[in-house]
Amino acid sequence: MSTDTTEIKFTPENLAKAQEIIARYPEGKQKSALLPLLHLVQAQWGWVSPEAMDYVASLLDIQPIEVYEVATFYTMYHLQPVGKHVIEYCRTGPCCLMGGENVYDHLKKRLGIETGQTTPDGLFTLKEVECLAACGWGPVFQIREKYYMNLTPEKVDEIIDELSKQE
Amino acid sequence: MKILTEHINVPGIETFEVYRKQGGYTAVEKALKKMTPEEVVEEVKKSGVRGRGGAGFPMGMKWSFLAKPEGVPRYLVCNADESEPGTFKDHYLMKSIPHLLIEGMIVSSYALGANKSFIYVRGELMYVIGILEKAIAEAKANGFLGKNILGSGYDLELIVQPGGGAYICGEETALLESLEGKRGNPRNKPPFPAVKGLYQCPTVVNNVESIANTPWIVNNGGDAYASIGIGRSTGTKLISASGHIKKPGVYEIVLGVPVEEFIYSDEYCGGIRDGHYLKALVAGGSSVPILPAHLITKTANGESRLMTYESLADGGFQSGTMLGSGGFIVFDETACIVRNTLNFAHFYRHESCGQCSPCREGTGWMEKILYRIEHGTGTPEHIDLLVDVAKKIEGNTICPLGDAAAWPVASAIRHFRDEFEWHVTHPEEATKPGAVFPFEPVLN
Repeated sequence: MSTDTTEIKFTPENLAKAQEIIARYPEGKQKSALLPLLHLVQAQWGWVSPEAMDYVASLLDIQPIEVYEVATFYTMYHLQPVGKHVIEYCRTGPCCLMGGENVYDHLKKRLGIETGQTTPDGLFTLKEVECLAACGWGPVFQIREKYYMNLTPEKVDEIIDELSKQE
Repeated sequence: MKILTEHINVPGIETFEVYRKQGGYTAVEKALKKMTPEEVVEEVKKSGVRGRGGAGFPMGMKWSFLAKPEGVPRYLVCNADESEPGTFKDHYLMKSIPHLLIEGMIVSSYALGANKSFIYVRGELMYVIGILEKAIAEAKANGFLGKNILGSGYDLELIVQPGGGAYICGEETALLESLEGKRGNPRNKPPFPAVKGLYQCPTVVNNVESIANTPWIVNNGGDAYASIGIGRSTGTKLISASGHIKKPGVYEIVLGVPVEEFIYSDEYCGGIRDGHYLKALVAGGSSVPILPAHLITKTANGESRLMTYESLADGGFQSGTMLGSGGFIVFDETACIVRNTLNFAHFYRHESCGQCSPCREGTGWMEKILYRIEHGTGTPEHIDLLVDVAKKIEGNTICPLGDAAAWPVASAIRHFRDEFEWHVTHPEEATKPGAVFPFEPVLN
């Protein structure tokens, strides 16, 4: 990932989206666009770099610190480069009741990594997250926008096989 | 009797066309063409509907507190930051029948005099945000949103705002901070949002399910709504059922169904999974006190416990709990209460915003102590220490997250103390994989 700030720019399509988002708040309240823009950053680059935060600050005409303090507060923003697929695994009570801990152990073994790590091929990053509001369909993990539910070790293998094949 | 989910399984109900065919958007027509905003507020007041996010505060009363200074915009913000462990009803409702929320937002915004309203959805539900935005575009294309809706002269714009992954933003003032592009630190109250909310303007924040009730109330009247349910628990409630039951899922119940019926009837949870029996239950999301089997279906006085705000709370925290958000988590005898309490304590430590010392430090201490007990290095004094820490968090923080973190720990020790003691007196046994305190069944 480049750290050259001159290269940090939204694609024309994302810039149009960003401008549309900024325009929807009342006049002078453009800072409300901060969380949505950070999501847009992550959608384009996969993670939220300090340079991208500065870029967002310039788009919203706010101080960089106002972006940093927000980006570091919310857990969805990846502040380090991540693998192609970030698996966000629910570790909270109801999923555990449905065997979530065993499935998670299986997933870690299958990928050969621990929580927070990325596989050497750069394909998968594993993160533990709190309740994803899908407790009746647990165990659950999420990859980008997609929820994978009622997980079993077999189902986990199928998902990993499928995503590995896409390479 | 279904108010919210009657049409939820109709194929294509997520589209404007099918939703409209099922009688959708008639409440907007009725409200905007035949009712004044005050009349809509009056019907919601009469309905007695209470906030469905967890606090259970009467919605009509909350609306009536909204300040209306001249020349200052007012806002309606829908709280769709559903993050309370055990709760997934709003997720289900929004993804399945998005237009119901949109319709509710229109009549509610009209009632409150808001011309720009927000739906704040937890960021993890990005796919649901896509569903809602599509529904909004459809409603707009059909003249139910935008300028001069149905020729009434009323304008409304709806904005869907993503969160960034923070349970605390379900607290209404933290949500407003987040919506303003800041960290989700709850505000000191007063001033309440009804006076100074979003952008320091008068604001109402309501849960998804609360708002989704308003079209039915407008169409059928507040009295009709109030006639459903029991006493001050009017209407229906979405219950998110999870854990060791045969049929996990979201159920819409008329408030007043016996808890026993809800657990064992095939219409709802279908009973405990085969070969197992009920050990404990969290009735209203992870924050509310956990109850042992003998206090779940009957109150301490031996009366049948009902799914209402009042009946679940009967006996106070000594023998009762709360309806909360309706996150109904069922534990059979294979569940270790200590392990589950540690799990929840980890959650609250992780989600504390860090603003108030009792919560920031206390949630961490509780997790560490519970970790020791669960992993065989606890002492008998640790159990009382936990109770002490929980007591010192409760009531001493800006927002209710402190209470929410303290209650699960305090109630687990209150009702399952022998299990905690077994962990500290029999660490070798208790730390074996899958080990559970030898528990005597309470047969129903």
